[in-house]
Amino acid sequence: MNVSYTIAIPLIPLAVFLVLGIFNQKIKPAVSGYIGVAGLLTSAILSYYTAFQYYFIHGKEDGVFQTFVEKTNWMSFTETLHIDMGVLIDPISVMMLIVVSTVSLMVHIYSRGYMKGDDGYTKFFAYLSLFSFSMFGLVLATNLFQIYIFWELVGVSSFLLIGYYYTKPSAVAAAKKAFIVTRFADFGFLIGILIIGYYTGTYDFQTLTNPEGSIIANWASGSFMGLSILTWALILIFMGGAGKSAMFPLHIWLPDAMEGPTPVSALIHAATMVVAGVYLVARLFPMYYFVEDGFALNIVAYVGAFSSLFAAIIAVTQTDIKRVLAFSTMSQIGYMMLALGVSGYEGHEGVGYMASMFHLFTHAMFKALLFLGAGSVIHAVHSNYLQDMGGLHKYMKITSITFLIAALTISGFPFTSGFFSKDEILVAAFEHNKLIYGIGVFVAGLTAFYMFRLYFGIFWGKNTKYEHTPHESPLSMTFPLMVLAFLSIATGYTHFSEYVSPDKMGFETHLDVKLAIVATSVGLIGIALAAVFYFKPNNLSDRFAHAFGSFYKWTYDKFYFDEIYLFVTRNILFKGVAASAAWFDRNVVDASMNLIGNSTVLASQKIKKLQSGRFQDYAFAFVGGAVVLALVFIYLWTN
Amino acid sequence: MIAGISIYEILTVTSIIFFIGVYGFITRKNLISILISTELILNASVVNFVVINKYLYPTLLEGVFFSIFIIAVAAAETALAVAIIINLYRQISSVEVKETEIMKY
Amino acid sequence: MEKIIFYILAFIIVAFAIASVSSRKMLRSVIYLLFVLVGIAGIYFLIDYNFLAAIQLTVYAGGIIVLIIFSVLLVHHIEMELEIAKPIKQIVTALLCLIGLGVFLYTIYNHPFQPVENYTTTTVNEIGKGLLSYEKGGFVLPFEVISVLLLAAMVGAIVIAKGTKLFDKK
Repeated sequence: MNVSYTIAIPLIPLAVFLVLGIFNQKIKPAVSGYIGVAGLLTSAILSYYTAFQYYFIHGKEDGVFQTFVEKTNWMSFTETLHIDMGVLIDPISVMMLIVVSTVSLMVHIYSRGYMKGDDGYTKFFAYLSLFSFSMFGLVLATNLFQIYIFWELVGVSSFLLIGYYYTKPSAVAAAKKAFIVTRFADFGFLIGILIIGYYTGTYDFQTLTNPEGSIIANWASGSFMGLSILTWALILIFMGGAGKSAMFPLHIWLPDAMEGPTPVSALIHAATMVVAGVYLVARLFPMYYFVEDGFALNIVAYVGAFSSLFAAIIAVTQTDIKRVLAFSTMSQIGYMMLALGVSGYEGHEGVGYMASMFHLFTHAMFKALLFLGAGSVIHAVHSNYLQDMGGLHKYMKITSITFLIAALTISGFPFTSGFFSKDEILVAAFEHNKLIYGIGVFVAGLTAFYMFRLYFGIFWGKNTKYEHTPHESPLSMTFPLMVLAFLSIATGYTHFSEYVSPDKMGFETHLDVKLAIVATSVGLIGIALAAVFYFKPNNLSDRFAHAFGSFYKWTYDKFYFDEIYLFVTRNILFKGVAASAAWFDRNVVDASMNLIGNSTVLASQKIKKLQSGRFQDYAFAFVGGAVVLALVFIYLWTN
Repeated sequence: MIAGISIYEILTVTSIIFFIGVYGFITRKNLISILISTELILNASVVNFVVINKYLYPTLLEGVFFSIFIIAVAAAETALAVAIIINLYRQISSVEVKETEIMKY
Repeated sequence: MEKIIFYILAFIIVAFAIASVSSRKMLRSVIYLLFVLVGIAGIYFLIDYNFLAAIQLTVYAGGIIVLIIFSVLLVHHIEMELEIAKPIKQIVTALLCLIGLGVFLYTIYNHPFQPVENYTTTTVNEIGKGLLSYEKGGFVLPFEVISVLLLAAMVGAIVIAKGTKLFDKK
């Protein structure tokens, strides 16, 4: 299968970015919107074509999905250690292509309505294209270093888009926070990459992840603090993934990132960029699984499970609807990590891996839908806060219905896509680790509860009086909602496990009825509770919050993690380390330099009288020197 | 040759003149005085050339020729020095050494 | 007889040299220099270099001294008292010169010169032939170089003495 045309998928958005960026002032906003959408549409069509070609026609040989690589040597260090640039086509990269292109296309279309009249309309589309380019590049990367390059590029685009409303101090702070936190995590990623490069001598994914290859076979070489070097490298790489995917404890940037425009939150901070960490772990899955019996993979599982629970609890109490969705995203990504963590490798053992990718796929659709729906609501109400909403159902029917579909999907309501993907995750967890399974079920209930709290709070509940009567959004915004609503249900019916599995052979899955019933009933209980609390206006929820007392307050303040980080950075890093370093710099480094400088000046002031400028003084010195030399040669140099 | 006078006496005299010139060169405060001191130094060396030629190599004339050249150079040097002194006097109305120190900056 | 004349000349030369560098009147200082130069011309006569003595008298006494006197008269009031260096500096310089003189004399007196007895008189004819000879030991090249140098010095002296007007076209 010739895959060289896939190189165009990232390059088209890059071209769009360059055009829009360079001719920023010259292009009319309407035109720039069309250019952006057209570029993404081309990429999307190419992605679908690639997917069709790969999954159905050329991809499978002897029952195994092949990996196709088209690359060019970019930088050579040694015979084996070189950095390539190229595209790698395998089941998960094609799956990610579909996700990224679909969501990105929908967001582009949606943004034409949402951003209408904004001053930086063209700039916004340029940034979106830059992001799409970087994300496609990340997905198609052939080696660790290439993925790292694009990894940083999506970080930059994320930074630019979070800080899009750069006149708002909170947006600027959020952009900085996101950048610094993810950058800090990427530091671990980079060290991991370098360790891998040093010990294995290659960055190439195919070589690294070959289960029969020498690298996985020889993982035990070298150990550090009781773990093999490769395990350390994988943990460090996971640190990078956790930063990008907002896993605990590097999650603090994601809620603040909601300062960006809502389409951006949908695209970057819900559907695509934040799952890059999951994708990275999936990409290196054979290494995680085989190296030291999956020690690093266990860490992934527990971090994922904890983040999932932690975020779900916080999400229950938040009142900013975008923040609820942000914590929900974090929780769902935790779910995916958890699924990866409990996965096996061969045949049906790999259900966790498959479920993780499946959930990534469906989550991208319904979470994008949720965000875009929230954006539509915010567009109508001009507020982010739940208190300012309520009873919107009669004003915005389409938004309400699509939002309901998304909420049902994320809650795992039967026969939606979330139902299938979540079920697979729980199956994998049940088979592997009961504790994680318990957490998963509990989180499923919580998810249903907070989602319907949100839904009822926005569209039902109290009848808020609005200054301007809210109205339904234009077609450019509702169209993507409808498409995504359709996809949220339809994607559940793909035979996902036949296409994506760790050993690339595909396997059959069947709905595990017992587990499905448990999960569904937990979800339904959550929905029912939410309905009791929030469907009709009442003070039940307040009384409940009161009953929880300080725990509620803690949760509302996100367990004070921001404050802890601030304390660590301000009081320990800035005041302790940085201040003492500054003191050292000023009083020792600078002072020694000043000492040298001052003593030179002082010495020169003392001796500059010698250089009087009077030639007679020089003549005196000359004669004196000559006489002294003569004396020396006559009396002292007599051999 | 001077009857009864060895080369040592003459060289002693020229050495004395030479160091008197050096002394004047260093201590005097006026450019013209310094020029005069330079003439003394030059003359001491000229006499040395001539005397050594006469006493040690009377058949040759190199010392004499060098003396002639030195005198010519001295004349040229004096002419130039006087020109410079006059020009300087026009510029700063002084030929004192202490007024010419600005070159050091 | 010659011995006595030499001692007298030596005394004149040294005495007037000292007077020349210590006099506080500019013009007197120049005249003392003239006496020194004439004394040196006398020494040339004594050792039978008459031509050289004549050059000494014409170029130095006739040319250079007149030039210096001109410049003195141009830039000084005749009766102006010259400034004198600080005594400490005078003493230190004198000391230095004495040490230097000691070194000189020590070296000279420790060197076994081997004078050749002779009382020949060098004629102008010999000097002229030597100067203009281009054979071995001839000095025609330095002679020409010196003539060019003199010309250059002359032009330079004129240019410098004329001041800025030559360059200033306004």
